[in-house]
Amino acid sequence: MSPTVAVRPLESAVWAALEDVHDPEIPAVSVVDLGVVGRVEAAPGRVRVELLPTFVGCPALEVMRGAVEDRLRDFADEVEVEVSFAQPWTSDRITPRGRERLRHSGFAPPPRLVDDGRLLPLLPVAECPYCGSRNTTLENAFGPTQCRAIYHCTDCRQPFEQFKLV
Amino acid sequence: MTTPARLPTRQLIAPDVPRFDTSGLAPATRDALAELLLTLADDEFVAGFRDSEWTGIAPMLEEDVAFSSIAQDEIGHARVFYEMRAQLTGEEADRTAYGRQPHEYRHARLLDHPRNDWAYTITRRWLYDTADAVRLEALAGSSFAPLAEVVAKIRREERYHLLHLDTWLGRLAGHPGPPRDKVADALETVLPDAASVFAPLPAEDRLLADAILAAPMADLAARWRTQANTRLNELDLRQIPDAAPPADGRRRDEAAVAEGFRSLWDEFTSVYRSEEGVEW
Repeated sequence: MSPTVAVRPLESAVWAALEDVHDPEIPAVSVVDLGVVGRVEAAPGRVRVELLPTFVGCPALEVMRGAVEDRLRDFADEVEVEVSFAQPWTSDRITPRGRERLRHSGFAPPPRLVDDGRLLPLLPVAECPYCGSRNTTLENAFGPTQCRAIYHCTDCRQPFEQFKLV
Repeated sequence: MTTPARLPTRQLIAPDVPRFDTSGLAPATRDALAELLLTLADDEFVAGFRDSEWTGIAPMLEEDVAFSSIAQDEIGHARVFYEMRAQLTGEEADRTAYGRQPHEYRHARLLDHPRNDWAYTITRRWLYDTADAVRLEALAGSSFAPLAEVVAKIRREERYHLLHLDTWLGRLAGHPGPPRDKVADALETVLPDAASVFAPLPAEDRLLADAILAAPMADLAARWRTQANTRLNELDLRQIPDAAPPADGRRRDEAAVAEGFRSLWDEFTSVYRSEEGVEW
């Protein structure tokens, strides 16, 4: 599942190429770092990639799908990019590098998932990506895209967004 | 090249939707599942369009954003249910979503009510989402794996909606005067229709026998009533009456479609109807 453990050279090359494909809504992060790439299967002449939607109705998915297809065209005559819910995307799939890149572009990375089955999880504190303060308040659990919430930092007085815990 | 109207103008399986494995379903199971999916899709579709009516006119900017985002989620859920149904029935999803007459929609009667004022919207929406949460829980272990998988994903999103609506309900109900009065008035109007979300399905026995649905709709209604009434009691609000879900809670008479839905339908199908068969 993780790109680093792929041992087949062609699959490794595909994973590496997918790092060039970025989330159109948060261009700092690649589809690999976002954890949206669920699986890669590569054989001579045929590459198959499975994408996991972050949100069920994510409008960026079709853009990502097209970009993945374009990027992989040189690898095989037959490039198949499919969407799957079989393993659900969760915000825990974002890689450590993805979390770092989010922070650098002004997004608080999502808190780690504690799935205790509660219907209404407490909304966790977000750490300000600018000054690191945890003295922040949730302004809106719904932001400019489905996957983003809006916070305000009480210390540096900067509004910022958080990639939601899903 | 001319394209005859009403024929699908794009491939049946949309490229950004999974190919659901529908092999091995008996015809009767497939039909029952298609009917269930239609109710799920229509509920989320109508709820989502209602939410989007607040875009630009919500009482505060934050709610413009919140309701627009929730609307986008709900219409996304509807789409995946319509697409799943399309793969079972061969009927194109857009045609199902936009190409039916008002009386052919199968959403719960609770969603026929117009949005009215903010308190009314919150109250009705809270009733729908608390009911939807119980229904989704009953589908999470569905024997039809593609449905169980999509439901698992949807529940993660719905938690945010419910938290938002519950916060608003508490805020309005806890404020004596017009906010609380408006919630109480809204409850009086919509409560008789609230259980329509659990209206029995025509082929419910088949869904239960095949473990696609974990419990009869009437049992789910009772579970929901207990949960929702606990919260309503906390807020000192009127209780949901103990009554079986209405058998006709999702059926519409051609001659008597509720005005609240007919006007919404007029709007959300207007583009589709303007040039049928065209790919937008």
